[in-house]
Amino acid sequence: MSFLTVAFAALFYAATILLVVGLARRIYLYWKTPAPLKIPTTPAPITTGGVVLRMFREVVFFESLFKGSKWTWLFGWVFHMALFAVLFRHLRYFQEPVWGLVEWVGPLFKYLAFAMVIGLLGLLARRYLVDRVRYISAPSDYLMLLLLLGIGISGALTTFVAHTDVVAVKSFFRHLMTFNFGTMPNLPSDPLMVIHLGLVALLMIIFPISKLLHAPGVFFSPTRNQVDNPREKRHIADWARKLEQ
Amino acid sequence: MAKAEFEIPELKEYPEIPPIQPGAMAHSKPYVAKADFQEPLGYPGELVDDWQDKAIEAMGDLLGKYRSLQVFLDACVKCGSCTDKCHYYLGTADPKNMPVARQDLLRKVYRRYFTFAGKYFPKLVGATDLTEEVLEDWYNYFHQCSQCRRCSVFCPYGIDTAEISMAAREIMDRIGLGQKYCNEIVGKVFRIGNNLGLPGPALEDTLEGLEEDVFDDTGVEVKYPLDKKGADILLVTPSADFFAEPHVDGLIGYGKVFHEAGVNWTLSSKASEAANFGMFIGSYENMRKISLRIREAALELGVKRIVFGECGHAWRVAYSFLNTLAGPWDFLDQNYPIPQHICEFTYDLIQKDKDKPEEEKVLKFDKSQNDDMVVTFHDSCNVARASRMGDFPGGQFVIPREIIKTVCNNFVDMDPDTVYEKTFCCGGGGGLLTDELMELRVKGAKPRMEALRNVIEEDGVTHMAMICAICKAQFTKVLPYYGRGMDMIVSLHQLVSNAIVLTGQQTEDEEEEENEAAAE
Ligand code: HEM
Ligand code: SF4
Ligand code: SF4
Repeated sequence: MSFLTVAFAALFYAATILLVVGLARRIYLYWKTPAPLKIPTTPAPITTGGVVLRMFREVVFFESLFKGSKWTWLFGWVFHMALFAVLFRHLRYFQEPVWGLVEWVGPLFKYLAFAMVIGLLGLLARRYLVDRVRYISAPSDYLMLLLLLGIGISGALTTFVAHTDVVAVKSFFRHLMTFNFGTMPNLPSDPLMVIHLGLVALLMIIFPISKLLHAPGVFFSPTRNQVDNPREKRHIADWARKLEQ
Repeated sequence: MAKAEFEIPELKEYPEIPPIQPGAMAHSKPYVAKADFQEPLGYPGELVDDWQDKAIEAMGDLLGKYRSLQVFLDACVKCGSCTDKCHYYLGTADPKNMPVARQDLLRKVYRRYFTFAGKYFPKLVGATDLTEEVLEDWYNYFHQCSQCRRCSVFCPYGIDTAEISMAAREIMDRIGLGQKYCNEIVGKVFRIGNNLGLPGPALEDTLEGLEEDVFDDTGVEVKYPLDKKGADILLVTPSADFFAEPHVDGLIGYGKVFHEAGVNWTLSSKASEAANFGMFIGSYENMRKISLRIREAALELGVKRIVFGECGHAWRVAYSFLNTLAGPWDFLDQNYPIPQHICEFTYDLIQKDKDKPEEEKVLKFDKSQNDDMVVTFHDSCNVARASRMGDFPGGQFVIPREIIKTVCNNFVDMDPDTVYEKTFCCGGGGGLLTDELMELRVKGAKPRMEALRNVIEEDGVTHMAMICAICKAQFTKVLPYYGRGMDMIVSLHQLVSNAIVLTGQQTEDEEEEENEAAAE
């Protein structure tokens, strides 16, 4: 096995552990932190079903963002939907056999890499060009977009310009996933692939310690996930109940 | 026009988003609370020596108690959607009045002390130590947020800057840096029973005066009872209703509605205040203590129902928090909402009257009494975005408007981007209704003033009705800066009061006939 192969094997194990453990800890923290008061942004649904629907619209359509800023919504939504589609297409590199649906969308979703890159470029432009958004941006906010752009562009280039040995890459990940190191093939060493995989690992590592926590966070936001029924049902946190004794 | 040492914003036909002007409002801050106002609330009298440590400790404590704070500080992606949504940003152009920038004042310290990235790469993620300058920014800018929640409507994660401001104020209180206006008022409620410090006998006098006024006006004996044991309904209303204009005209209206409904009701000298400034300072304990007065009063008087008068943040505390803070309310009549808003009460009667013939209606109105007005309605933030009325989402918008349309022939809504859930704050909410913040209040009123000016010019609007004591006080003070009369502001139940025809009340024509007969 080449040094590169061993290094990337170690990197991806480490990144996966950091991602999973980091996210799990964060989600547990959100879960166990009480929401002592009813604070849904009203008008809010008055049933649990209604809340599920509100959350669905928020996560799938970015409803509130749409109300707030049409341009950000356009670029942001295109970026995210393309990202999820591209991620879904990536399943083919990890599955054996590949699901029919994944196989089927493969050729179609291939082009969504461009949508993702365009969305990201739009977000980057807005971040720099709008004085208000520039004011609130820290270096990490630009770097996050550049990181995703790096992933998107290097990925698109390997798909459309400088083809890599996809069979070998897939085989590498299958071996990692099954902990089967004996027959592990070498990872192709063309620079684009190395850059793509390196940036993805970096993204996985910083996910649980960055603003990417918005992905789990949205589900825990009390202003969005609470049912509007304070008069009907008494809502009280454990620490607040102690004040009553 | 009132005199001012600052520039009054120029109103535009189409609202504009101003380019940022860093530091434009850096000088704006409320008076700091002295020890006398701090200690009764359980806070240190002055800035403690180890305030940095204490502040971080307080932040840690709140992070463990409030999921909102924890999630909101983590989740913001700096998308910018909220940046042009705050009336204080639109009115002052100070970038620290953009909701996300306001949050960042707290977030950068949170990151520095509580997150991996902030501990090891502070520059990268914009984390900073808690320095004196940061504390000054906290004090100044967390008192330039009226906790109106407009920003939370447009945030993809519902991040509510009000939650952050409340937490920041609680942290500052705990290190001895409180705000005089709010803390003094909370102290007064504990000592005397209401924000204005009106003792029981003064209340009694005022209410007697009201009874006389109504009698002179209508010839009907409408009662405004205080501390009446065995009454069915306890009315809890903001203390401004007892004497301020146009608040008191609203109170007169509630009394007339109760009178016609034939219910047995009372006010309480113990719970002579609906307002709960414990919310503004983000203190669960103080908010709870204030709420418990209402519970005690209800138990002592033996009432079966609780109705709240016109007040925005008070309705938030009542509707959203009262069950949590002072419940369970198992001793009250469960057939009615607990608590109920006076608008729900009036609307309910109007609904039941709908299909009855005129003479059987409980509430009879002569709409023409309001014909001298073209009315618009200002949705108050805390009613619009933090509570509800009625049994369907959005009832808080429909019910007040339906009441107005029932008692008034001319009603017009303002620009849809400035009403309902997108309503703009009056500029004086959240514990900022104090004179030393007048510049902020005038500038913060700009978006509402713009929308109002447009309906004045296009639809001939003459009056703006509302259901919040703070909104009423703020607008009557701020309108003159914009060259308009304070008498434009009316209480919603003032419109009801104008139009209601009390049983046995003589109409103006009858009165004239009688006078003529007497003269002959
Ligand atoms: C439940 C899943 C997710 C939801 C609902 C969600 C939603 C959003 C929304 C509404 C925005 C603001 C609009 C924008 O700037 O694009 C945003 C921003 C962002 N999201 Fe997500 N997201 C999710 C998952 C992810 C994931 C998995 C990633 C990356 C791996 C990601 C990366 C980003 C980035 C980098 C931004 C900031 C864009 C900027 O700088 O302008 N998101 N997300
Ligand atoms: S809560 Fe209201 S006042 Fe405070 S930042 Fe948000 S929009 Fe501005
Ligand atoms: S809208 Fe929400 S996520 Fe976007 S910048 Fe404002 S607070 Fe942050």
